[in-house]
Amino acid sequence: MLLIPCPWCGPRDEAEFHYGGQAHVPYPEDSAALTDEEWARYLFFRDNPKGPFAERWSHAAGCRRWFNAVRDTATNEILSVYRSGEPRPDNSTRPGLWAGVLQGGSGGHNPPTAPQSSTDPAGSGTAAPVSGRGGLGEETTPVATQPFRLPTGGRVHRGERLRFTFDGTEYEGFRGDTLASALLANGVIEAGTSIKLGRPRGIFSAGVEEPNAVIQIEAPFPEPMLPATTVELYDGLVASSLPGQGRLATEPDPARYDAVHAHCDLLVVGAGPAGLAAAAAAARSGARVILADDRPELGGSLLGSGELLDWAEEIGALLEVAPEVSVLRRTTVFGHYDDNHLLAVERRTSHLGAEAPEHVSRERVWRIRARRVVLATGAHERSLAFADNDRPGVMLAASARAYVNRHGVLPGRRAVVFTTNDSAYAAALDLAAAGVDVAAIVDTRPEPGEWARRARESGIEVLSGHAVVGTEGDPRLTAVTAAPYGESAGTREFAADLLLVSGGWNPVAHLFSQAGGKLRYDDTLGSFVPGTCRQAVEVAGSANGVLDLARVLAQGAAAGARAIEAEGYASEAPRLPEVTAEPHSPAMRVFLVPGPAGAPRFVDLQRDVTVDDLTRATGAGLRSVEHTKRYTTAGTANDQGKTSGVLAGGVVAELLGVDVSALGTTTFRPPYTPVSFATLAGRDRGALHDPIRTTALHDWHVMHGALFENVGQWKRPWYYPQDGEDMETAVLRECAAARDGVAFMDASTLGKIDVQGPDAAVFLDRLYTNMMSTLKVGMIRYGVMCHLDGMIFDDGTVIRLAQDRFLVTTTTGNAAAVLDWMEEWLQTEWPGLRVHCTSVTEQWATVALVGPRSREVLGTLAPALAVDNDSFPFMAWRDTTVAGVEARVCRISFSGELAYEINVSPWEALALWEALYEAGAPFGITPYGTETMHVLRAEKGYPIIGQDTDGTVTPHDLGMSWAVSKKKPDFIGKRSYARADAVRPDRKHLVGLLPEDPGAFLPEGTQLVADSVLPAPPVPMLGHVTSSYRSAALGRTFALALVKGGRDRIGERLYAPVGDRLVPVTVASPVLYDPEGARRDG
Amino acid sequence: MADTALTIPRRSPLSHAADRLAAATRTSGGAVRLAELPFLAQVNVRLDAKGAAADAVGLALGLQLPLEPNTVVRAGELTAVWLGPDEWLVVGPTGGQRDLESRIRAASGDEPVAVTDVSAQRTTLLITGPRARDLLAHGCPLDLHPRIFRAGCCAQTTLARTQIVLVARDEPKAGFWVLVRSSFADYLTDWLLDAAAEYV
Repeated sequence: MLLIPCPWCGPRDEAEFHYGGQAHVPYPEDSAALTDEEWARYLFFRDNPKGPFAERWSHAAGCRRWFNAVRDTATNEILSVYRSGEPRPDNSTRPGLWAGVLQGGSGGHNPPTAPQSSTDPAGSGTAAPVSGRGGLGEETTPVATQPFRLPTGGRVHRGERLRFTFDGTEYEGFRGDTLASALLANGVIEAGTSIKLGRPRGIFSAGVEEPNAVIQIEAPFPEPMLPATTVELYDGLVASSLPGQGRLATEPDPARYDAVHAHCDLLVVGAGPAGLAAAAAAARSGARVILADDRPELGGSLLGSGELLDWAEEIGALLEVAPEVSVLRRTTVFGHYDDNHLLAVERRTSHLGAEAPEHVSRERVWRIRARRVVLATGAHERSLAFADNDRPGVMLAASARAYVNRHGVLPGRRAVVFTTNDSAYAAALDLAAAGVDVAAIVDTRPEPGEWARRARESGIEVLSGHAVVGTEGDPRLTAVTAAPYGESAGTREFAADLLLVSGGWNPVAHLFSQAGGKLRYDDTLGSFVPGTCRQAVEVAGSANGVLDLARVLAQGAAAGARAIEAEGYASEAPRLPEVTAEPHSPAMRVFLVPGPAGAPRFVDLQRDVTVDDLTRATGAGLRSVEHTKRYTTAGTANDQGKTSGVLAGGVVAELLGVDVSALGTTTFRPPYTPVSFATLAGRDRGALHDPIRTTALHDWHVMHGALFENVGQWKRPWYYPQDGEDMETAVLRECAAARDGVAFMDASTLGKIDVQGPDAAVFLDRLYTNMMSTLKVGMIRYGVMCHLDGMIFDDGTVIRLAQDRFLVTTTTGNAAAVLDWMEEWLQTEWPGLRVHCTSVTEQWATVALVGPRSREVLGTLAPALAVDNDSFPFMAWRDTTVAGVEARVCRISFSGELAYEINVSPWEALALWEALYEAGAPFGITPYGTETMHVLRAEKGYPIIGQDTDGTVTPHDLGMSWAVSKKKPDFIGKRSYARADAVRPDRKHLVGLLPEDPGAFLPEGTQLVADSVLPAPPVPMLGHVTSSYRSAALGRTFALALVKGGRDRIGERLYAPVGDRLVPVTVASPVLYDPEGARRDG
Repeated sequence: MADTALTIPRRSPLSHAADRLAAATRTSGGAVRLAELPFLAQVNVRLDAKGAAADAVGLALGLQLPLEPNTVVRAGELTAVWLGPDEWLVVGPTGGQRDLESRIRAASGDEPVAVTDVSAQRTTLLITGPRARDLLAHGCPLDLHPRIFRAGCCAQTTLARTQIVLVARDEPKAGFWVLVRSSFADYLTDWLLDAAAEYV
């Protein structure tokens, strides 16, 4: 959502504006002097540059001012705005609103922090008690039912047992578990089968990146395809594994969903170490800060590593009491759009299961407009493409570590670790400390360095320069085979039920990329990291490619401080914890691991895409990751390739023999994680899906059994069936009442515009095709409005209230468009005209009183009004009192009958309506709806704009040349009537059609052909039916149609293909009822 | 004519929703207070802000038409709401529209001033209470923080799927006026009551 700065109202959401096309294309001073080609150039040709482009915009939902904006068509940035009539500014730079836009965070901006000495046991090599690293107190509960649960430690509440069912078996977990951690605690790792190959798959990760354990929630409310790693456990949860694809619920979702708009100086995405430091730096400045994190607890990666949890808690408490800081937990920021507009989804009650309160929305979309954004979104661990790498028991190394530290769960008993970098060693040591037998660490690096020494000191064997070349197991992993990297000889086999894998880290750059940020390849990381961005965005921590914790914290704090200082607030250096400097050895860049022929090496687990698939893609000549993605579907599953995207790029690069940096990444698009349609719809569903506009008489119509027709957003009575009448019978009855007695209709929905000012008559002369300035005060004229191309755009009546004041009516659906049209011309082309237009659509309620007896009814209720034809002629209006209500009565007829339109205040409309109903009762007054109105007008050949016209129809085509002034020097559309196209003899004319069988009904849209036998296609079409009805007055069916050269065909027989029949019809004048107009005056 | 008008029963666009609005106010314990202010006099004024008429109209009304975009000026029972650089909405007590219209016309003399009675074009919802801002934030994209949308600020903007004129009243506790087109009032009421579900 762009933020467009209205020159008057300031920056507002793009949705408040209307686009008006290229600016500085003035209406020609003398259009008649232009050649057809010059006129066509003005009418149809506009520039289409890449880059800065001056265009018109209207602040339609605000001050209704038209203004000009210079927009960069390549980036959509609004470079400058200026008022209508002002010249285009020379230097199109961003206005002050966006001054000082930050470049994207770079890895180089890291103030040095002195690493403090520490006694952190994580690196000490001794078996530290797990509970000392993040455990929630000393709850020790025997957990006989959860064989893989540790007696202590983790962030779970052992006192709160939760029962759940998975694939029909009941289990028990704890508050604080995810479904995945609770399954692992019960020894269940297999969580589904793959979509294409049906291979068993296990829990692979501990977060949103999960490709395998995507499950179906069955109860309490069905929901398909949620990663078990993100589903918080609750009592009574029923879930089942999936064959790669979910099932939509068949019952309606009873939950509420909503949205909220939020604004802040600084949005921090991610509450890991970098995000917490950023928020802490801004917390007490007075700046408005939002910190959003997708987990229930703050801490991010610290929860998994078990480090610095006291500090995270301390910062959490600081943020909690800061008055302008909001912390959004369980909130995933899933889209980063223009002008720092970000969308997030907050999961508010899902974790409460059946106890979720009904009046609280289950999920909420946050629409956040942030002045500055710090993305501290962390990194995802990457897998490796080795043989049989998809067995249940293969798991990302840091994820296994998180299950131990966060949930107090052992994901297995005996593990092998396969890594290309240092980070997996911490996982191996934590697992060993928690009681897992770590059989070996297989490291591709020939010299793995200090971490390997620590591992060996703990009694773990390290195979340097080795790789995993195969696995066994059915289905769960039972053995791992390792060999020297790149060789097939010298293999060793290890019994293991867990294989931890780390192929390096991918910064989570999704939001940065969506924001327009450019990624660059980082060689030491072997992945793509944020580069530059035109938006006010910084990236901090591992999202920025920084993996060292001390640097992560410092970078986060600095980014938070810079952001609020740029907004004019003073930052505060937050207390950053002491962090041990950890040893570091460079990672090795490995994507593809050689293995025995025939064993699949999976790249994308969720889509079952293997190295062989990618080889076929490159073999077919595909050279871009965008193409291999589409060819193989790698990265297109609902995990969107979070663990596989860079891996796939790396494999393709190797296959092509190019560097992975040259290939780039595929495009990141919102949403970052799947968001349900129900959530996105929020409150906009059911009755609130679209506004329903009603008139002051709506309740009466409902009470009297009206069925309604949607006209734009309006509900209009369609017809009023009585005693089980069908539509045809009801409409024939209503039509007969209007033709023979008296009937009335609510016409309040017609658009009404008050046009005032000394130049009002001149203005209307230019807008309408016919002459309005000659209209006398007290009289009314029908008028037609066209666009510059001469095609009809709206019609209605014009009432002259005073010398300098008119009341213009528009069609129901076009009221806003006509007012916009008027304002556009007044503000951009004719600012010298002293005229103002004001919408008064709802200021008046209008009742059409129709029929030969209408004069008697009106006369009864308006004693002060002389209703005889001479005193109150056709197309005159009078102010009077009707039934005691102040009224403006107009003698207008849209039916050909004697008729009045009575305009009153909507506050008193019901009183008037009921008085008419009562006074008309002796004459059988009948309420009628839009269907009857349509029949009555069609019998008289009155067109409905938008039904009988479609934007290609001129007044001449409708037979309304009489409404096109020949005296006026110019009006909108006039020049176009001289174009060759406007005077073609075969233009389509509006005509009447009479089926030869008076009972035959032509569906609207029916085509018309010349011959009684269809020739071979293409069949020449002569036109089509625009309106079709059964007429009580004519005693037969009839239709209106647009027919080529129609007025010259009157009397001819044409054919209308209806189903497999050709229905013969006769072309007639469109005026089929009372052609001499005898009924108009009663 | 005017004397008979008093005998005609008048119905405001939200008269039939008064009970539901009151019930929501009651069950929220005052967290949100919702009520229609029916039949307020509303007169739309269009004139050149730099011309002589601006001052003359200001004098006649006893208040200066606000020139600062998106602000209101209040004096006595009248509120002048900025709608555009040459457009204002003058809001006053019930029944005052005729008087307002004629005073403005008289003051503008020969200047091209447009005055239109629009009292029934929109109705007014009063939204107050400690959660009033939160309620509006469900559907209004504007920044309603009290530092930004201060007392005396106004805006033509959108709430849910309809256009509104939003006015922040004199003090934070006085809440907001939401002026909505009469035909949309039912929809907006349904929407507000649904959005208020968490506060009641």
